[in-house]
Amino acid sequence: MSQTNHIGKAPSRVDGPLKVAGAAHYSGEFNVPNLAYGYVVSSPITKGKILKVHADEVRALPGVLEVFSHENVPYLAWFDKSYKDQIAPGGSPFRPLHAPDITFNQQPVALVVADTFELARYAAALLRIDYEQQEHETNLETKRTEGYAPGGGKIGFQPPPPPRGKPDQALKDATHSIEAEYAHGAQHHNPMELFTTTVEWRGDGKITAYDKTQGVYNVKNYLMGVFGLGKDDVRVVNQFMGGGFGAGLRPQYSVFMAVLATLELKRSVRVTLTRQQMFSIGHRPNTLQLVKLGTNPDGTLAALQHHALHETSQFEDYTENIVNWSGMLYKCENVKLGYQLAKLDIYSPQDMRAPGAASGNVGLEVAMDEMAYAAGLDPLEFRMRNYADRDQNVDKPFSSKKLRECYQQAAAKFGWETRTQEPRSMRANGKLVGMGMGGGVWDATQVKSAAKALISADGHLTVRSATGENGTGTYTIMTQIAAETLGLPLEAVTFELGDTDQPEAPIQGGSWTAASVGTAVKNACNALGEKILKLAQKPADSPLKDAKYDDVEFVNGQLRLRLDHDQAVVLRDVLQASGETQLEADSSAMPNMVKQNGYSLHSHNVAFAEVEVDEDLGSIKVTRVVSAVAAGRILNQKTARSQVLGSVVWGLGMALMEETVMDHKFGRYVNHNFAEYHIPVNADIPHIDVIFVHEDDDIVNPLGVKGIGEVGMLGVTAAIANAVFHATGKRVRDLPILLDKLL
Amino acid sequence: MSQTLTSAPASGGLPTPVSTGPVRLHINGETQTLQLAPWTSLLDALREYAHLTGTKKGCDHGQCGACTVLVNGRRINSCLTLAVMHDDDDITTIEGLGTPENLSPLQQAFVDHDAFQCGYCTPGQICSAQGLLNEGRAHSEAEIKELMSGNLCRCGAYVGILDAVKEVVDKQ
Ligand code: FES
Ligand code: FES
Repeated sequence: MSQTNHIGKAPSRVDGPLKVAGAAHYSGEFNVPNLAYGYVVSSPITKGKILKVHADEVRALPGVLEVFSHENVPYLAWFDKSYKDQIAPGGSPFRPLHAPDITFNQQPVALVVADTFELARYAAALLRIDYEQQEHETNLETKRTEGYAPGGGKIGFQPPPPPRGKPDQALKDATHSIEAEYAHGAQHHNPMELFTTTVEWRGDGKITAYDKTQGVYNVKNYLMGVFGLGKDDVRVVNQFMGGGFGAGLRPQYSVFMAVLATLELKRSVRVTLTRQQMFSIGHRPNTLQLVKLGTNPDGTLAALQHHALHETSQFEDYTENIVNWSGMLYKCENVKLGYQLAKLDIYSPQDMRAPGAASGNVGLEVAMDEMAYAAGLDPLEFRMRNYADRDQNVDKPFSSKKLRECYQQAAAKFGWETRTQEPRSMRANGKLVGMGMGGGVWDATQVKSAAKALISADGHLTVRSATGENGTGTYTIMTQIAAETLGLPLEAVTFELGDTDQPEAPIQGGSWTAASVGTAVKNACNALGEKILKLAQKPADSPLKDAKYDDVEFVNGQLRLRLDHDQAVVLRDVLQASGETQLEADSSAMPNMVKQNGYSLHSHNVAFAEVEVDEDLGSIKVTRVVSAVAAGRILNQKTARSQVLGSVVWGLGMALMEETVMDHKFGRYVNHNFAEYHIPVNADIPHIDVIFVHEDDDIVNPLGVKGIGEVGMLGVTAAIANAVFHATGKRVRDLPILLDKLL
Repeated sequence: MSQTLTSAPASGGLPTPVSTGPVRLHINGETQTLQLAPWTSLLDALREYAHLTGTKKGCDHGQCGACTVLVNGRRINSCLTLAVMHDDDDITTIEGLGTPENLSPLQQAFVDHDAFQCGYCTPGQICSAQGLLNEGRAHSEAEIKELMSGNLCRCGAYVGILDAVKEVVDKQ
């Protein structure tokens, strides 16, 4: 039997062949019989009221089945709480087709359902709607003095800690100090797959929703609440998601629309949003930040102040953790952090890859660069002098933190020592060359998850948990964990996910899936292992007769004594001899609060970037990036590297390209398509090196993993912005850094 | 202050949609006759009528490359062309390049180099790369990067995509 140590190796994705052959089914790809198509009509106004929907004209078209709007939507749940999903922020969630009021541009106002997609689209374009328009406000600049501190906030939101030390006095007394404002506009997730839901009508009020979501249970509970469906009436499935990045954490209006139409028409319906409509489902909010830093004569931080203001909708207090990280990334006794929201006539923002941290990190890490220059220090040396060995926000040590090693290894790989500090001092290929760096910190979280493990008589293991696969490698790492726990080759294991018929897993976000679901998978396999041991001990001459579960291990298809490998039985023989056709076990996993209580649990990273700037054109080319990540144990070197590579691409996009531009006159995003909302393409991508600095950490969770989906994005954007300063001597503080800002 | 606005132009009775007719397509070596209206894009014909969902829709506007297929050997964005314009054409989709059990060299290289994450842009990337190979273009890294830049990947799998295509190009 082949080697069965899989964790930490680099196997290719187990779902790879399906994906590259076009055989993986995403939510719009279930061929259910007698399917009708829904097309969403979006509001062209930003604020006001619908006076009339001229639905009858469109209904009269042959092939059009129905036009749904607030005028004819049946009685649905009345209370806000029925519409609140697992991570709904404070306030009242948006209710599609609920009332005539328009509260944001591109608000979905009607759904046209027809026999074909083309007909639904055509009819939607013809639908006349009369609106009464009111004055709107979408410009955060007008709300600078109207920020407010949110009351509650969604799960995971932590208000900034209270100030520590004497932040104002210390800043005044500092040897050197800087103060600067940083800004970025709205950004949209834009996963490649459009939000799509195919709802299959199973008769008798029962439906299956194949929905694009990062949380099938979150959607199921939402549908039960909104439509008054019973537990057995609705099943939600998502086995492959064409990218999420946070856009699929909350149930989107596509699933509401498709389910509504299905239940009313008693017919299967598919609703697919357009790329343009993908700009109406939440975004990283337009954010303004003010950072003030001061240093002591020895280059240590004397004071740190970081304040952020971002937009939210009129109806929800969307919150994220922007400034808190600044209180823990560096050692500083005098810290003041502030966080405010401002209400605008927009849709609620939505968590987008490293929500909050990605924004705050740019403010902090560009300010650190500015501070290093003001204090006459190399930016890396400056960070080393302010290294935090404790999380001062909560006054606890880190469970593990190898950021110093990240700095050292990445700097060596990058060749930081060749950098000359003076801006505009380096040139190559007739261009200005700049080198910059930035680092970051992200939570290592574990949340409650469950899994089921089954083994058949022929030794094939199936493990199930209703988590998701949106490109993070979930199928692969769970297969590795399960296979290693029961000593099987990867081919003998199938991991199934994304179905509410499976044990519950949390929404896939926060970089917690590996830790949370991974631990549940391990526990379920161990629970199954105990049953297998009992079977193995049945024969009177069993070599494992008196062994406890802790005394045995599953390796290479065998069950053997840890201390005497010759005392072994073959797993398949045990199963076959037992006469059972299948064994199964359920288990769940929760964080070990007792163990974790005394510690701060975080992953860290650093990125170094080199840019070339053409001074005549202002064009910026990122030529090299080195990213080092300390995130506990890496389960799969190949998929983890890909996550970090992708994060670097995201950081590059945020630095140089991404911004959803609002035309405040109309309250509408004007570049809401892929031609005008720029994301990096292949030709933009430099050589990227990824380094994982291993951390042994049995406090975070039994697997020792911290998650890597988000931490890798931190530092990158600031590193590029700082490299642009180093190249040009121009400090651009509002992202993205477009060429006109350099000319 | 308020003003009223009507979203779609008032019309003198809505024009009825046009009817369907047979369109003959040779898809992955098999001839299929689909009943299609003239307004059906090749992409929708493949996905919704022929139920070949390997070809993806990312924008429907020719801006992302997810819908790339080979028509008579040439790469095109299938969302930007109508199915009726392809009567009797040879169309190769990702399903025609290989199967999960029998991957094409490009498909295998994409798996080996982890040239994708979510996989949604991947069929388009592979069809684009296959087009480059067919045309005998793209030899250097810079050329591959440039010529593959019509295919967006939001997961940012570009490094792997380059390595995978380069490996197959180099072997030729
Ligand atoms: S779907 Fe055709 S180019 Fe985007
Ligand atoms: S692999 Fe997800 S968009 Fe390319």
